[in-house]
Amino acid sequence: MVEEEGIRVVRCGGSELNFRRAVFSADSKYIFCVSGDFIKVYSTATEECVHILQGHRNLVTGIQLNPSNHLQLYSCSADGTIKLWDYIDGILIKTFRVGCELHALFTLSCAEDSVFVMINKGKPDVFQLASVKLPKSSSQEIEAKELSFVLDYVNQSPKCIAFGNEGEYVAAVRDFYLSVYFFKKKTTTRFTLSSSRNKKHARNNFTCVACHPKEDCIATGHKDGKIRLWRNFDDEKKYTYTCLHWHHDLVMDLAFSVTGSSLLSGGRESVLVEWREAAEKNKEFLPRLGATIEHISVSPAGDLFCTSHSDNKITIIHRNLEASAVIQGLVKDRSIFTGLMIDPRTKALVLNGKPGHLQFYSLQSDKQLYNLDIIQQEYINDSGLIQIELTKAAFGCYGNWLATVEQRQEKETELELQMKIWMYNKKTQGFVLNTKVNMPHEDHITALCFCNAEKSESSTLVTASKDGHFKVWILTDDSDIYKKAVGWTCDFVGSYHKYQATNCCFSEDGSLLAVSFEEIVTIWDSETWELKCTFCQRAGKIRHLCFGRLTCSKYLLGVTENGILCCWNLLSCALEWSTKLNVRVMEPDPNSENIAAITQSSVGSDLFVFKPSEPRPLYIQKNICREEVLWGVFVPRDVPESFTSEAHQWLNRSQFYFLTKSQSLLTFSTQSPEEKLTPTSKQLLAEESLPTTPFYFLLGKHRQQQQNDKLNEALENELVQLPLTENIPAISELLRTPAHVLPSASFLCSMFVNSLLLSTETKSAEENPDDVDMEEEKESDDSDEENNFTEKIQDTNNTDLEEDIIHQLSKSEEKELKKFRKVDYSWIAAL
Amino acid sequence: MAGYKPVAIQTYPVLGEKITQDTLYWNNYKTPVQIKEFGAVSKVDFSSQPPYNYAVTASSRIHIYGRYSQEPIKTFSRFKDTAYCATFRQDGRLLVAGSEDGGVQLFDISGRAPLRQFEGHTKAVHSVDFTADKYHVVSGADDYTVKLWDIPNSKEILTFKEHSDYVRCGCASKLNPDLFVTGSYDHTVKMFDARTNQSVISVEHGQPVESVLLFPSGGLLVSAGGRYVKVWDMLKGGQLLVSLKNHHKTVTCLCLSSSGQRLLSGSLDRKVKVYSTTSYKVVHSFDYTASILSLALAHEDETIVVGMTNGILSVKHRKSEAKKDSVPRRRRPAYRTFIKGKNYMKQQDDILINRPLKKHLELYDRDLKNFRISKALDRVLEPTCTIKTPEVTVSIIKELNRRGVLANALAGRDEKEISRVLNFLIRNLSQPRFAPVLINAAEIIIDIYLPVIGQSPVVDKKFLVLQGLVEKEIDYQRELLETLGMMDMLFATMTRKESTSVLQHNTSDGFLENNKIES
Repeated sequence: MVEEEGIRVVRCGGSELNFRRAVFSADSKYIFCVSGDFIKVYSTATEECVHILQGHRNLVTGIQLNPSNHLQLYSCSADGTIKLWDYIDGILIKTFRVGCELHALFTLSCAEDSVFVMINKGKPDVFQLASVKLPKSSSQEIEAKELSFVLDYVNQSPKCIAFGNEGEYVAAVRDFYLSVYFFKKKTTTRFTLSSSRNKKHARNNFTCVACHPKEDCIATGHKDGKIRLWRNFDDEKKYTYTCLHWHHDLVMDLAFSVTGSSLLSGGRESVLVEWREAAEKNKEFLPRLGATIEHISVSPAGDLFCTSHSDNKITIIHRNLEASAVIQGLVKDRSIFTGLMIDPRTKALVLNGKPGHLQFYSLQSDKQLYNLDIIQQEYINDSGLIQIELTKAAFGCYGNWLATVEQRQEKETELELQMKIWMYNKKTQGFVLNTKVNMPHEDHITALCFCNAEKSESSTLVTASKDGHFKVWILTDDSDIYKKAVGWTCDFVGSYHKYQATNCCFSEDGSLLAVSFEEIVTIWDSETWELKCTFCQRAGKIRHLCFGRLTCSKYLLGVTENGILCCWNLLSCALEWSTKLNVRVMEPDPNSENIAAITQSSVGSDLFVFKPSEPRPLYIQKNICREEVLWGVFVPRDVPESFTSEAHQWLNRSQFYFLTKSQSLLTFSTQSPEEKLTPTSKQLLAEESLPTTPFYFLLGKHRQQQQNDKLNEALENELVQLPLTENIPAISELLRTPAHVLPSASFLCSMFVNSLLLSTETKSAEENPDDVDMEEEKESDDSDEENNFTEKIQDTNNTDLEEDIIHQLSKSEEKELKKFRKVDYSWIAAL
Repeated sequence: MAGYKPVAIQTYPVLGEKITQDTLYWNNYKTPVQIKEFGAVSKVDFSSQPPYNYAVTASSRIHIYGRYSQEPIKTFSRFKDTAYCATFRQDGRLLVAGSEDGGVQLFDISGRAPLRQFEGHTKAVHSVDFTADKYHVVSGADDYTVKLWDIPNSKEILTFKEHSDYVRCGCASKLNPDLFVTGSYDHTVKMFDARTNQSVISVEHGQPVESVLLFPSGGLLVSAGGRYVKVWDMLKGGQLLVSLKNHHKTVTCLCLSSSGQRLLSGSLDRKVKVYSTTSYKVVHSFDYTASILSLALAHEDETIVVGMTNGILSVKHRKSEAKKDSVPRRRRPAYRTFIKGKNYMKQQDDILINRPLKKHLELYDRDLKNFRISKALDRVLEPTCTIKTPEVTVSIIKELNRRGVLANALAGRDEKEISRVLNFLIRNLSQPRFAPVLINAAEIIIDIYLPVIGQSPVVDKKFLVLQGLVEKEIDYQRELLETLGMMDMLFATMTRKESTSVLQHNTSDGFLENNKIES
């Protein structure tokens, strides 16, 4: 690091994927979804994130394909802009500044030059649908202020607006009304549900709307689980509707298939229902999708559906109702009981995930690695049910063991408690249930910790409970001649004057165990389980407890409810220092002596980093966020940084992540936002547009180099230049490509040797048209598709480049080119 | 997508004996046939040749039994006094026995009179055996000597006088014609080599040795005496490998299973224990009615014969597997229906798509999967389920409660159905492992059926029984709490004493210090 900037709080991944309907590309190869300020492009086949389209300065609120060019994507954002993207290359083409906050975006194929947006003027709950005329201009940034209102007083959710029958009308629902606006007649018809008049028990509020793509038919979803199909709605008197009823809870989203032959609906039951020919009896189900279906979308090609779920997941479903891929983000729709943990093996962040699961989330790739099913029960999705909660989890012995606690309390006296201890199986690379303990304690378990000392030969687990006991569990060998069996059994039960045990913590070397009983901290010898000493500060119940590390291992830190941070010296058994700090989160760094404490005040949360040996903090950052911080964790860095300044040193070995009450995962970064942008995305793009064969790489790079050479030759009058070997792309490509994807050596040999030769004019003349022709063909293909749109977007970089090449062709080369056009290149597609 | 997750049935550790491969194997015998002999059965020996007859030595007679006969097929009774240790030769055609008067007699199985008589011992001969070459006999006697006899000319070849007490057991090596071991009441087991005129290895057992056994390989020696069974590694020069103390009376006999994987020992404590010869852990144990003196296993462990002090011979035959096949089997679909399409060989360009495996679900799981809650509850309230596997019923009730539909499932039942539920509650309510779930269910039932109480005498009676049960349980719990309180008090007084003594100690120290300061 040459320059060190101030430490900033940055949001790190884990943003919602289910905020808006996902959008398929025209060929169903890609799926787009909004994710915070970004738009993510995923491959539907591999579930990989191909691009992240960055550029909006606020939440992206809507995306739609450009109806006149399927390789482009419109997006609108709360920052008041509409942006046009080339999603294949991940390039921003244009920005239209509208000027007011946009909440949703719709496009119509019949209205090419305008898009529909939802805006909010005046009152916070009143939204309007307006059409925006997008002026044609070659500049990058265009003002688009030409707004014309279509519908007033619409619902905020884009699910409540649908355009039907190739843009003849738009339907919008809100509360008990369905309004239909006909573009040709410019009239609005409004339908009110009859039962809405007695508002006492009416549950038939509209929740969503969808329009049939071919016929005049509107489907609306309702809060009571009914789906109504409206016909003849151009007449306010003669309209009819039919009812479809399967959902027992509200219908979250509706979508018609491309041909309109079937209707898809989903809701809280997490079952996707397909209604064939809009008939009640012809329905198909795809059950157990995991969580509430929030959105449903259909690919323009009609072969894929996708559902967005409340657990931050997108499921891609094949036409025959078979789930084919799952794009899973960080699950965030539930309260986090387990806190943040780091799996010592994968360095993944571990926390509560789907109901009854632990999720392993990779912080580097912003991707969920896997879900571990802890509770192993059928999840019944019903609003009034008391579910089994996974309340505690802890890793032990370098990730070899995982202990989890689940509980369910229906009434005061009926507590179901279960502790499970899982062993890591190297063969299957997963956790396998080893021991199950029913009712390990009489009351709630408040803390769970493993002894992670390096030299300890026996594994030890300690649980502390509200019933006033802490229990020590050890791994025992129970093998006999028939089978190998290791299991955990209770070894020791300790208590202190019937106080509730609230925290437990092992010292770094595993020799001491600290257990806090309400206001009192007790220190136990882990060899004999003898009570060594007690500390009591009379400053309220202990909230957190941790031992110092490395050189500070003689200190024990405790945080009390009354906002006192105490540090005890274990050698002198006396209070070393104490300070008044209302600490919410206290986390020790596993790789250094540092301890991070996050305090809570009415203004916001502050961060203090300190060493137990010195009462003066190393680093203070005020106001890291406005809301309460619930959990924090230090994540060891793979490659240690080398910050020299004192304020940054604590970030050298580990990174600190924390989770706020609104479930956003934040971290501290020293880099400027520009540096944070991933440089790989651009590179990936070029390789995506053509089939990536090594042959293509070799030729492609070769051609570029030749172009350069040609330019050089033109400029410098045939000055012979020997290219340096490391500059020859063919060679570097050969060295960089993984061996298993390279063709045979005999095939590459001549090419390799050729690349070493000095290129003469005749040779380049032979080779050049070949390449250009390939390019030309691509170009013509594209332009066929895009309806002569290529001329309009000349300002993009790559078209410029290609045009240049074409201009440079001489007449003789053009002749050659025509000859080569006849050559069959279908093999490229096969590659 | 994840499929339906079946209901987790709570499993409870099964009390009592664990069912293992060994318990299954050793329990697979018919009820024993008891044969009364004239006196204590001191030796049982199986012929190693078909038809696997066995010789039983009891009192002054030797009976030879066929495999399934309960009457002796042959009797040798020409002994003046007690006979000992009738042993078959390896080919099963000759039999040798010692006797109380010091004689060793050799019989032909088909004959009646002894073929040879070896005279030379002055006291009772308790142990005789054939050597591996079939032409010699080893005998050990109460005159402390071990003798080797030649069969063809009935002459004594060698005499070993190394033991200093009665020689009561012996065994010849099955591989080497010159090696044999004897155990004596002088606490030693000695291995003799006929080529050297003296013992080659001597091991100290520690108790009077009652029985010795050489493994078929000859590498391991097992000796029994006192309460101990000891295993010695002969190849390491008689090093003690393991010492087993699993009986609580003298171990009298040893035997190897035919596979050599298990060692059996019989004892005066009326038990036969089976050990694994790899880990030397007891894997099974049999009980008998009297103290055991002798034990033998037939070829392939088909029969276990145990002789006891009360003169009873217990013969256990293995259950035959052939019996099961005799039950007429239902005609099943032909083999080819199962392999239909499975033997198709994949061609080069074919893509193999496997049909997803269908997960087998229990019937109640199928009902629960389709939300047929009452039906699922009915299914687990069948008498077969409630009696055999009450934990399944309880788990389903728990699952219904978790789904919030237990009241719905319990409601709307007629007299017969509700009495079935109540029967289950009466039977299992007081079990602590089921109580939390069932008390909740009982409360719901009472809530639901309170308005209709008094309409059916059968159900009313059940309710009264349930009430009595609950009252009894409350009394019982109260008593338990009282006991616990008393115990707490006892413990408290004990710990207080300790702490006061510590205090006194401290004060005395304090006094001392004070004294020092004063001085």
